[in-house]
Amino acid sequence: MIAGRVWKFGDDINTDLMLPGSVLYASEEEQKRAVFAANRPGWVDQVKPGDVLVGGRNFGMGSSRPAARSLRNLGLACVLAESINGLFFRNAVNFGLIALACPGVHAACEEGDRLELAIADWRASNARTGVALAVTPIPEALLKLMTGGGIYPHLEQRGLILPR
Amino acid sequence: MGMTALEKIFARASGAKSVAPGDLVVVNVDTVVMLDSSFFPSVRREVVKVHDPRKVAVIYDHFVPAPDEKAAAAQAYGRAFARRFGIERFHDVGPDQGISHAVVADHGYALPGSVLVCSDSHTCASGAFNCAARGIGAPDMIYALTTGQTWFQLGGTVRYDLSGRLRAGVSAKDVFLHLAGTYGDHANCNIEFGGPALADLGIGARRTLAAMGAELSAEFVTFEPDQALIDYVKARNPAPFEPQYPDAEARYLDRRRVDLGAIEPLVARPDSVIRNSVAVGAVAGQRIDQAFIGSCANGSLDDLAEAARIVAGRKVARGVRFLVTPGSQRVYAAALKAGHVQTLTEAGAVVTAATCGACFGGHMGVLGPNEVCITASTRNFKGRMGAASARIFMASPATVAASAIAGSIVHPGEFAGGRA
Ligand code: SF4
Repeated sequence: MIAGRVWKFGDDINTDLMLPGSVLYASEEEQKRAVFAANRPGWVDQVKPGDVLVGGRNFGMGSSRPAARSLRNLGLACVLAESINGLFFRNAVNFGLIALACPGVHAACEEGDRLELAIADWRASNARTGVALAVTPIPEALLKLMTGGGIYPHLEQRGLILPR
Repeated sequence: MGMTALEKIFARASGAKSVAPGDLVVVNVDTVVMLDSSFFPSVRREVVKVHDPRKVAVIYDHFVPAPDEKAAAAQAYGRAFARRFGIERFHDVGPDQGISHAVVADHGYALPGSVLVCSDSHTCASGAFNCAARGIGAPDMIYALTTGQTWFQLGGTVRYDLSGRLRAGVSAKDVFLHLAGTYGDHANCNIEFGGPALADLGIGARRTLAAMGAELSAEFVTFEPDQALIDYVKARNPAPFEPQYPDAEARYLDRRRVDLGAIEPLVARPDSVIRNSVAVGAVAGQRIDQAFIGSCANGSLDDLAEAARIVAGRKVARGVRFLVTPGSQRVYAAALKAGHVQTLTEAGAVVTAATCGACFGGHMGVLGPNEVCITASTRNFKGRMGAASARIFMASPATVAASAIAGSIVHPGEFAGGRA
């Protein structure tokens, strides 16, 4: 079970906002510091490991840049959104960021609420209101990667890439 | 059960008899395209084995020629990588340099009916070639590079039947702005284009529409194949291929008819293209600092020709920087031969080497605080081309060129026909 404080964002939150071009090839640490600098400056100093990000429709629209990695590096417990962009979802799977679609989640919580996610039951609930919602299931193989640290550990084990 | 063109490509690539929306398909990848950006230290991993070097192409595009030491070091790493694994399709700075999706088109790397992946979101541009092409993340790319495979979670498909003929001064970019304005995003689904109007749509126009599918958040964009497409690819690549046509009884999420003859020049207002298109008149008179034509969506010979036609014999307005970036050095050479580079340069435009450059605010045309740009490229997200306070309007090459002359946003009809 994952439980954390909610930070709320709107529809169409794009990857350029999460990982601005100016730090596209900077270190992961610098990239982490730049998350949402254009739309919510200062947020990176407020968010804490274990917090939950709630998004609207098409969360993560935009480019292939490793924006999911920056959110993971900020320590977010998970991202739950009305819908998750397909390319962002691939990066979430591969970088081990839990990012799942949960229709209704945006209206069901306010910033500062405590949201609980039980992946095994594909259920999320708002601890303040008691409202429970269905999380859209994803294939088992992808969930395993997403919750197990992503794709790189597998490639390392198979001897296809060297460990960092 | 009937399948769409994309579903047939995936059935073939995964060895299944049929596939349907909702399926998780594991496919063999025909082409893996790596970029200069694949070799930056924060992106790359030390690869031990490449599955099949003949299926790999390395194309430098985001930072070419290298604008700084970091880019230069990444490119040196990539050169050694290509040498070490014997990757012959290597497009370094030089005559075959260009934006990956344009280079893929120039060389016919995206074979109809095949599967292509590249770590850039506009890889769907190659969907113009009836190729299942999509942008993936860097880890996906390393996975495909080392194992020869990848996975896709298949969504449903929206079919567009295009009919009619574009009016003078209206181009594929306006068609895109019309679709984005009317239908909004296509998140988690695919787009298939077909219909009688295809016969009049050149490959450049199809590539614009396919590339811009990324801005509709489409998973894949596929064009129905036709003879013009098959001839185009055959002229550039001798490899055999099997185009995939949609079945007559294919199932679509929606089927939409679009009359190209009814579309007018449009402009997307800053920060988003989704349901954000307006007629040029609605923003006419907006002062601009920079006008840009380029990118994988609008750097074709047709785009440069259109811009040259509009600025011929005229001068770029004082105080406006007009940048034109061909999609590839091959396009540059063709534009030079056709006289477009001279026409543009004499009008006061700066024609740059082929690169992603200004499109993503990387180099060569980055916007400063509060500046206003009108761009014929792919994205107008906040901060995309530089300062977060800059405002980016998006339009067709014709509208951008006309605005560069006027010094503010204008309808391309203002300068129709050029001035000989
Ligand atoms: S031209 Fe722009 S959109 Fe196209 S690949 Fe380059 S950066 Fe991406």
